[in-house]
Amino acid sequence: MKLSAMDVEYAAGLARLEITDQEKEIFARQLNEVLLYIGSLNELDTQGVVPAAHPGGLTNVFREDEVRESLNTQEALTNAPDTRGDFFRVPKIID
Amino acid sequence: MELHSLTIHELQDMIRAGGTTATRITEAVFQRIGAVEPKVHAYIRLMKEEALAQAALADEDIKRGDIKPLTGIGVALKDLLCTRGVPTTCGSRMLQNYISPYDATVVEKLAAAGAIFIGKTNTDEFAMGSSTETSCFGPTRNPWDTDRIPGGSSGGSAAAVAADECIAAVGSDTGGSIRQPASLCGVIGFKPTYGLVSRFGLVAFASSLDQIGPLTKDVEDAAIMMNVLAGYDPRDATCVATQIPDYRKFLGRDISGWLVGIPKEYFAEGTDREVLDAVEKAVQSVEKCGARITEISLPHTKYCVAVYCIIAPAEASSNLARMDGIRYGLRAKEARDLAEVYTKSRTDGFGAEVKRRIIIGAYSLSAGYRDAYYGKASQVRTLISRDFDEAFRECDIILTPTTPTPAFKIGEKVENPLQMYLSDMFTISANLSGIPAISIPCGYTHAGLPVGVQFLAGRFEEARLLQFAAAFEKSAAVEKRRPVV
Repeated sequence: MKLSAMDVEYAAGLARLEITDQEKEIFARQLNEVLLYIGSLNELDTQGVVPAAHPGGLTNVFREDEVRESLNTQEALTNAPDTRGDFFRVPKIID
Repeated sequence: MELHSLTIHELQDMIRAGGTTATRITEAVFQRIGAVEPKVHAYIRLMKEEALAQAALADEDIKRGDIKPLTGIGVALKDLLCTRGVPTTCGSRMLQNYISPYDATVVEKLAAAGAIFIGKTNTDEFAMGSSTETSCFGPTRNPWDTDRIPGGSSGGSAAAVAADECIAAVGSDTGGSIRQPASLCGVIGFKPTYGLVSRFGLVAFASSLDQIGPLTKDVEDAAIMMNVLAGYDPRDATCVATQIPDYRKFLGRDISGWLVGIPKEYFAEGTDREVLDAVEKAVQSVEKCGARITEISLPHTKYCVAVYCIIAPAEASSNLARMDGIRYGLRAKEARDLAEVYTKSRTDGFGAEVKRRIIIGAYSLSAGYRDAYYGKASQVRTLISRDFDEAFRECDIILTPTTPTPAFKIGEKVENPLQMYLSDMFTISANLSGIPAISIPCGYTHAGLPVGVQFLAGRFEEARLLQFAAAFEKSAAVEKRRPVV
């Protein structure tokens, strides 16, 4: 499978990244090398092999639903680029 | 020997005997930093004022006889660990001004154990790299040869330990990011079993692979650090509740009769001759301890990097989705609507390598490709883990080189991402399978660059792994050289 500059643009768009025409070319070339290398996995017959999402074999971890201390509003807002009162502020969403 | 070049246990012995103070140690470390840091650039931020204040408090404790395992010990923190009150940047423009409102669990634990924080060390941006060159603050240099990379992504931590700019350091390891720089800088690097150390407060790169661990000057120090770092934390749902032994107690014990597996796939072509020679000597040292050597096979070894090249970016693309310019981090000023806030902030905030990995991750998870890439890689990951399960039914320890080459030149692999990823070819398997692994110095090249050997053990076998590493360290008695910076 070969990745075109358009595929790169598409994937970048999914991840909300803007890339220049020059980056498109460079990334497509570099990522194709990586994809070609990844292609070696297709040599393996993995039918019926359970995929590992995780190395520990943990299943769901539950805890009691208790109220505990967490960051207060002020602390949670300290790094925000733009706030008003107790809120994060963003540009208008609906026209 | 000057104070900054001593180990944790040596300094602690001196403190207990009244031979030195936390303040004197901390001052010595900062004096050393003043002399070599301009050439090494191990740190993103120094915490001198905080450290000296902490040291003064530690000296009060010492006077009262209250000496904890790391009292008076200057520790460097990889700048991926949230540290309250100082910037936690991850080497990224995105978080250049981010000041964490909370401490990572390991930072809390280290502080509670008496550690004095010297500063935040340089890292590849969001830990994505093997050379510490992708940091937005510029590269760290290898103290053994400042034209060379220190490895990465915990390159700042490894260089700081090697250059005596701290007594010990903490790093994180997703595909080798503790062990590879440790090997290239001639120090000890330890990656614990996945789930042994809490990841709470470690800015996530690839959540199923990331693990925090120490970089130290000897094995005993690694054991001391692991005593502090390990342990259950309910704030990390993947942290495992398991009994933590005193790792130090296992040091000095005999390893005769242990079976050490040498996987033939790790000695195939492509590895530097001088690295192989040093590792060959390491095998002889292991035999001198009375351990038996056997050749084994880990048949899926050659697929490790490919699996990593899918899984790590896939997880990264999803983890880094939170960097959206709304709650913290950089927000592009010229954005007119919400979509532009996301896109422009991310485009300005991330460097090229991070973008590359996000793009490949988004692509491999996108509609139509998910099964072929992420699904397939996750299945092969199972096969890689099974190889190790199989091997550890027979072997106590597996021995491999840590890296295929000694430290390479700055700039050498920047334009070739695949070559960069391949420098982790021997370390990635431990992350994919979740097992503990340590890199320990085993010699030098003719040019005087350090070489490391890697030991791996079964899941949660860190006590035995450290026991083995300590026995090797003693038997090999690798000449202790210091880099001349």
